[in-house]
Amino acid sequence: MSLDAQPPAAGPATPTGPAGQAAPASPGELAGPQVGADEWVARQAHRREYLPSVLGMAQRQFERIGWWPRLAVAGLAGAALPLLGLGGFQLQVAIDALVVALLAVGLNIVVGWAGLLDLGYVAFFGIGAYGFALLSSNQLNPPNGIHLPSILAIPIVMIFTGIVGLLVGLPSRRLIGDYLAIITLFFGEAFVEITNNVAPSKLGGPNGIVGIDPINAFGIQITSNTGYYLLLVIVLVVTMAVLRLLETSRTGRAWRAVRDDSLAAGSMTIPVNRVKLMAFAFGAMVAALAGTIFAAQQISVFPTDFDTPFLVLIYAGLILGGAGSIAGACVGALVLMVIYDGLLRNPTYAGYLFYGLILLTLLVKLRPWRRLAAVLAATVALGFAAHAIAAAISARAVAGSPQSTGRIASALHYWVIVPANPQTAGNWGYVALVCLLIALVQVKGRWRTILLVPTLYLASFVWETRLSVEPAITRQILIGAILIVMMNARPQGLLGTRRVEPPT
Amino acid sequence: MAFFFQELVNGLTTGALYALVALGFSMVYGVLKLLNFAQGGLYMIGAYIGFFVLRWFGGPTALTIPVPLLLTIMFVLAAGLVGGLGVAIERFAYRPLRDAPRIAPLITAIGVYFVLENSALLLFGAQFRVYNTPNFISFSSGIQIGSVSIDSVQILVLVMSLVLMVGLRQLVNRTRLGKQMRAVAADREAAEMLGINVNFTIAATFFLGSALAGIAGVMAGLLFNQVSNTIGFVVGLKAFTASVVGGIGSLPGAVLGGLLIGVAESFITGYVSSTYTNLLVFALLIVVMLVRPSGLFGQAQLQKV
Repeated sequence: MSLDAQPPAAGPATPTGPAGQAAPASPGELAGPQVGADEWVARQAHRREYLPSVLGMAQRQFERIGWWPRLAVAGLAGAALPLLGLGGFQLQVAIDALVVALLAVGLNIVVGWAGLLDLGYVAFFGIGAYGFALLSSNQLNPPNGIHLPSILAIPIVMIFTGIVGLLVGLPSRRLIGDYLAIITLFFGEAFVEITNNVAPSKLGGPNGIVGIDPINAFGIQITSNTGYYLLLVIVLVVTMAVLRLLETSRTGRAWRAVRDDSLAAGSMTIPVNRVKLMAFAFGAMVAALAGTIFAAQQISVFPTDFDTPFLVLIYAGLILGGAGSIAGACVGALVLMVIYDGLLRNPTYAGYLFYGLILLTLLVKLRPWRRLAAVLAATVALGFAAHAIAAAISARAVAGSPQSTGRIASALHYWVIVPANPQTAGNWGYVALVCLLIALVQVKGRWRTILLVPTLYLASFVWETRLSVEPAITRQILIGAILIVMMNARPQGLLGTRRVEPPT
Repeated sequence: MAFFFQELVNGLTTGALYALVALGFSMVYGVLKLLNFAQGGLYMIGAYIGFFVLRWFGGPTALTIPVPLLLTIMFVLAAGLVGGLGVAIERFAYRPLRDAPRIAPLITAIGVYFVLENSALLLFGAQFRVYNTPNFISFSSGIQIGSVSIDSVQILVLVMSLVLMVGLRQLVNRTRLGKQMRAVAADREAAEMLGINVNFTIAATFFLGSALAGIAGVMAGLLFNQVSNTIGFVVGLKAFTASVVGGIGSLPGAVLGGLLIGVAESFITGYVSSTYTNLLVFALLIVVMLVRPSGLFGQAQLQKV
């Protein structure tokens, strides 16, 4: 029979080529990606580039630690931080950073996993804060007010916000992408409008609600900032643990399936609409949790706390760390907030951060080292030459002193031009810097290297004349720039892994 | 009844502003399927350019050139500079993301708006800049119909918007560039295969859309007198509302949507309360989006698989 004649050809090993190549390379490669993991990422994993030398070894070792031990170590380290003796300001920065990290982790459910752009997210945070404020202050039912124990108030507020999240998510049944984004943005705007204008006797109008109870349960009251810090660390770790379980569960896989291709997910019997609504509700509940702790810690809530700039801040944290990864969202938000709230307020640290980041970027991106050395040398030379020429033309052109303090200022004194009236010159410098940056991205090769020199010098000039003078504005510009640059250069964030996108 | 017509005129004037910004929104959405949040920021920059032109020529009380020339310079400069800015933004921020998932350019656009708003704060400060329009354009020189008065700035805004809208319509329907735009909007890849310079067409669309926003900014400065770095956000939001109400991507829809929003806003302010204007406008949008997501004049889109 012909069937009997076939077996040699149909065998597992192809007759041509050496046996080593033809045999399946390893059982791991044949098994394919683990359930829920991105196939492309899984296939590329062993081809990843590691940093050279010791750093690479450390990187490999770090990757061998599992997710849970990492969380435990990070949580313990976070809880031990106050032992170092954080000052009042540092503690407040840490608390704000933890609140934003909690928010970013919650936003990750909706944006990172379910792929729904929710621009009203900050309103859930606001509803949580206002809900807690109403249930734990003299605002309602005067003169005694309502003072529920937090152990009751927090779940009530979370469940209520979850229901609101479901309602806001309802349009996601029909609207996707841009339309959903805009309708949620309107919801966020409406929240600010409502708290500002509707029922001022109840919601307080622009004056907000003050005199909110501290978190209290089982007879314990949290009144110190250290207490709130520890509470937030615990809440963040627990939330991340719960979300990790959720991420690896059926629901988590369903979210990612809906994000990648909702039509395919639907035909695989995933209830697409229900899964989307769940993402909205879960995200809203995490935001509400953050809101309750925020309100209790601040003792007061105002409509402006929940405005669009804060939303953009949460997004920037999530994008910086990498949407789609719990750890990424958390670390991104923490790093961003420490920079945004802590370092940029202190001119000395801000200066170190600014010049340090520029040097670091150059070190990493500029290869070979000869080019790096040439650019640095040319920038230094350009600075001294420009300063000397400006001084020769007019003494007023170099009459000012750099805004940075300490060592940076003395190092830059004869290098960067600071005119007598730094504001006007700095403004023009800023416009020129933006033009140069745009040009820098457009040109390629040698021209880019050449153009880099004046750009660096101009950046330092603008920093010394304008940006370090206005830290409040500088950090907002930074937030916007993070969104643009990350989306263009590294959409998976600092910690995320690149996703395979379905062709559109 | 006079009150009704007065509010109608006021509403139409504001609506014309929204319509101009909404046209830019719709054009950009048409070719790139991108919600350009930066549109509101460009409008704000346009208003600042108008202000600085005014100050350059002596300010509202001591003008060194005749008013018509001043207005021409204002509008031309605002259109040119803001249009150029729009092209630069497209080149820098959006072009690398053309084939990225939809969420990426949207987040970028929010970032662009944020950078624009705060750059204006850095450069121009937080204080309101005031045009003081009545000092160089007399309000009383308008038309009086019965007890309804249309002042000269309103006439300027209405006539100019009408001219711009008709001009844009002719451009899109009658010229070679307009044909290219429509082709790119219909199918970018196919247009590219047919030899259309897609990058140029998209840049031109951004230029026109941004220039309209810049012109609207100058008009807003003349009309409302005040300019600050935050005026763009709400106008951008309302212009977006307008283009959605009219059916996004449809140019006549954007105009009608803008006028509708302006009139609705004016009536709500006049008959109900100015406190709830924004809230009710947002509620209107949400209802329209839920009932008819494709807008009043848009066509329901079939999802491509």
